[in-house]
Amino acid sequence: MIRNPARTGIVIAGLALATVPLLKLPAFYESFFYLIFYWVVLATSWNILSGYSGYFSFGHGAFFGIGMYTTATLAGQFGVPFVWTLPIAAVISALFGMGLGAVVFRVGRLRGELFALITLAVTFVVATVVLNTPIDGGQGVNLGGVKLPALTGSASSTLYLLMLMMAVATVWIAHAIFRSRLGLGLFAIHDDEDVAEVLGVPTFSYKIGALGISCALAGAAGAIHAMFVSYVTVGETFSVFVPLTVVLMSVLGGTRHWLGPAVGASVITGLLYIFTAGDFAVAGRAAVGLILVVVILFMPDGLLGRFINTGRKRPSDEAPAIPTSTVPASDSALPAAAAGAAPAHALKSGAPSGEPLLMVRGLAKSFKGLRALDGVDLVVKRGEILGLVGPNGSGKSTLINVVSGHYRATAGSVAFSGQGELAGLPAHRIAHAGIARTYQIPRPFPHLTVLQNVALPAMFGRARLTAAEAEREALTWLEFTGLGVKTHALPEDLNLHQRKFLELARALAARPELLLLDEVLSGLTPGEIDGAIRTIRAIRDRGATIVFVEHVMRAVMELTDRIVVLNNGRVIAEGAPADVMARPEVVTAYLGKPHAATA
Amino acid sequence: MSLPSATLLAQSILSGVFIGALYGLLGLGLSLSWGMLRQINLAHFALAFLGAYLTHQLTAVAHWDPLLTLLVIVPAFFALGVLMQATFARFAITPFNSLLVTFGLTVIIESAIQAIWTADPRMLDSAYGHSKFKVGALYVPLPELLTLVFAIALALLTWATLRYTDLGKAMRAAAEDAKAAAAFGVDVRRLALLLSGASAAFAGVAGLCLALSFTLAPSQIYAWIGVVFAAVMIGGLGNPLGPLVAGVVIGVSESVTMAITAPAWAPLVSFSLLIAVLLARAEKI
Repeated sequence: MIRNPARTGIVIAGLALATVPLLKLPAFYESFFYLIFYWVVLATSWNILSGYSGYFSFGHGAFFGIGMYTTATLAGQFGVPFVWTLPIAAVISALFGMGLGAVVFRVGRLRGELFALITLAVTFVVATVVLNTPIDGGQGVNLGGVKLPALTGSASSTLYLLMLMMAVATVWIAHAIFRSRLGLGLFAIHDDEDVAEVLGVPTFSYKIGALGISCALAGAAGAIHAMFVSYVTVGETFSVFVPLTVVLMSVLGGTRHWLGPAVGASVITGLLYIFTAGDFAVAGRAAVGLILVVVILFMPDGLLGRFINTGRKRPSDEAPAIPTSTVPASDSALPAAAAGAAPAHALKSGAPSGEPLLMVRGLAKSFKGLRALDGVDLVVKRGEILGLVGPNGSGKSTLINVVSGHYRATAGSVAFSGQGELAGLPAHRIAHAGIARTYQIPRPFPHLTVLQNVALPAMFGRARLTAAEAEREALTWLEFTGLGVKTHALPEDLNLHQRKFLELARALAARPELLLLDEVLSGLTPGEIDGAIRTIRAIRDRGATIVFVEHVMRAVMELTDRIVVLNNGRVIAEGAPADVMARPEVVTAYLGKPHAATA
Repeated sequence: MSLPSATLLAQSILSGVFIGALYGLLGLGLSLSWGMLRQINLAHFALAFLGAYLTHQLTAVAHWDPLLTLLVIVPAFFALGVLMQATFARFAITPFNSLLVTFGLTVIIESAIQAIWTADPRMLDSAYGHSKFKVGALYVPLPELLTLVFAIALALLTWATLRYTDLGKAMRAAAEDAKAAAAFGVDVRRLALLLSGASAAFAGVAGLCLALSFTLAPSQIYAWIGVVFAAVMIGGLGNPLGPLVAGVVIGVSESVTMAITAPAWAPLVSFSLLIAVLLARAEKI
């Protein structure tokens, strides 16, 4: 049995195409196929960052051009053998791209748009530098005298084979990433970067890494292409045609599929040949522009869009993979009944209950002068359910956002038992330390299945499981939360109650030591709330420590061991639930004016 | 590297202000559609060049006065902008896809310009081109002065409209939260059409200014993208005065750079400024 049919297919296709020079066809065929491979490399390498993670680059022409000029300079001016310039071109291009990424990816909002525009602008900057320095000097570089390695009898066959090898390697790498941890992380970044980071995906280094790989492949392709054109000029190299065509090919083929760009590249190269043969170059360019417009408007997912399953295997049939003997997930009685299915070891910690797990000291967070948190001190003890209550705007959600690393604290410290200081760390490090959270308004990854949504934190959170282990772990938690029947559904098929439980399953799959629950009960019916209360109790019985932010007072009183009351960003009371809620200052803060409704 | 004389330096600062005004004028429409409609309209540059070529045609061939061409171009481009927004709204286009679609549109317009007017560079030979007057030791060319006047007038007009009129307040509300604005009776759809129309009309005006002071070639469309977007981003999205201020800062830095080093290095200036701003304000953008 073939273990990996896709990669076997790539290699077989590559070997078959490698025999083409032996057929002694007219030279036209070799250069036509060469151009297809060339565009396959450029489009597929572009897609590794831009398609998978959604960060569109318009700078692929620059990365590719840097490769071309590296070879042009080293081989053409300094006599370095061509083969050596290939890896050097890849490395220089990758370093350049990663340096650029290190600047742009630090920006908060609008990262995506800024990245697109900066990469477009950088193409002209690189062109300016190359044109005005001895690298080119405005004359162009002639590579006519540079020797190619003698792979075959003719130069054109050698170039054909070199670019074919590049294409096979690039598609192989694109497929390998597609199926890897990196690939899943990139797809999560595409859907919701902030959530991906909070679930443990190191988003910054993943983007930089993907950009580096993408640039290296483009740079190596540029090195070969420099030999193909043999006369390298700034005008031809850094034209806007390269990024335009690459984006078009990938979008046409489907950016969420590893093979999409290669399919798009083959189709467009063929079309371009038909359109631009003879005197219709201008019409050809207009046609490419028109196709881009039409495809985006009418087929935003591309030709392979309907075959996309984002890299995970699809169930062989539509039936759920696990037997679900009991009632459907929407039945509120299910979760607690299924609690026995949860892995008993999962949330247990070695340390005894009662000792401090999380220590927050003087925590402050300001938004443009508004003090959402104003010096909060609190301790969460191991094994307890701590209720965090207070009126709307009192800072409960901000506290969760700061502790989980979603926001950076303005001042103060967050110490986590055995892990040291967490304040100021990127959110994925906090997830690795063992803190998981839910979002009040569920934020699932819309293009990933329910199973993938839950498997992701198991792979990237504290547990750091392999893909197969993570899938098993995810299935048990889906069963535990009553979502077993929805394993292969997309989040859009879930109702609010199920989405809330998806949030919960996702947080649990990371096997956290501390679970931050942000209003998991809001919007649920009284019957659903009863079921949810049983589920949360079952989670605590498995050994987890829980911070429970909630407005549903019945649940707070039933579940919590201790309560902290926040008002205007400060802790105003702390103690046993019944005692604290009876205090006059809490009643005033919580209910506001005397005429306010009872809780 | 040698320091230029005081007069030369003053002259290059002045020409920096003039080119910066054109950056600001081109950036005004872009900033509005990006900041308020969440669309990144690359076709803005192509529209400006289309306007420039139309000005050229009406002036050089039909012998109109250049300023008179605005009577045709402004309403026609307003209609184009409305049509574009209607299409975007019909297909519920996302910000990223707006970038891709307008990229495609840019290429189509570029090809059309090349097919009609050829790829040969052309320069408008109008009465304005020869009018220069001297202020002290400095030369002030009339076309550039016109650009500066247009840029300041349109930026101030837009700023005042957004700030003081009900229409402008409704636009800002719609940009902040379209659903909430709609719930309060704001016709978000019509405002978007109006905004897109205005933005395209601004491109038409910028086109007139381009035609008066620059040599036109279809491929030049792309030469403006980097620096104008830098001005828009440094100036702040949706802020009508920002692109003009940032544009002038960039323009002056560029022409001073050109005066003390080689002219070919100017494109590096805007990019370095942009990177510096990004590094400094990484959290706030």
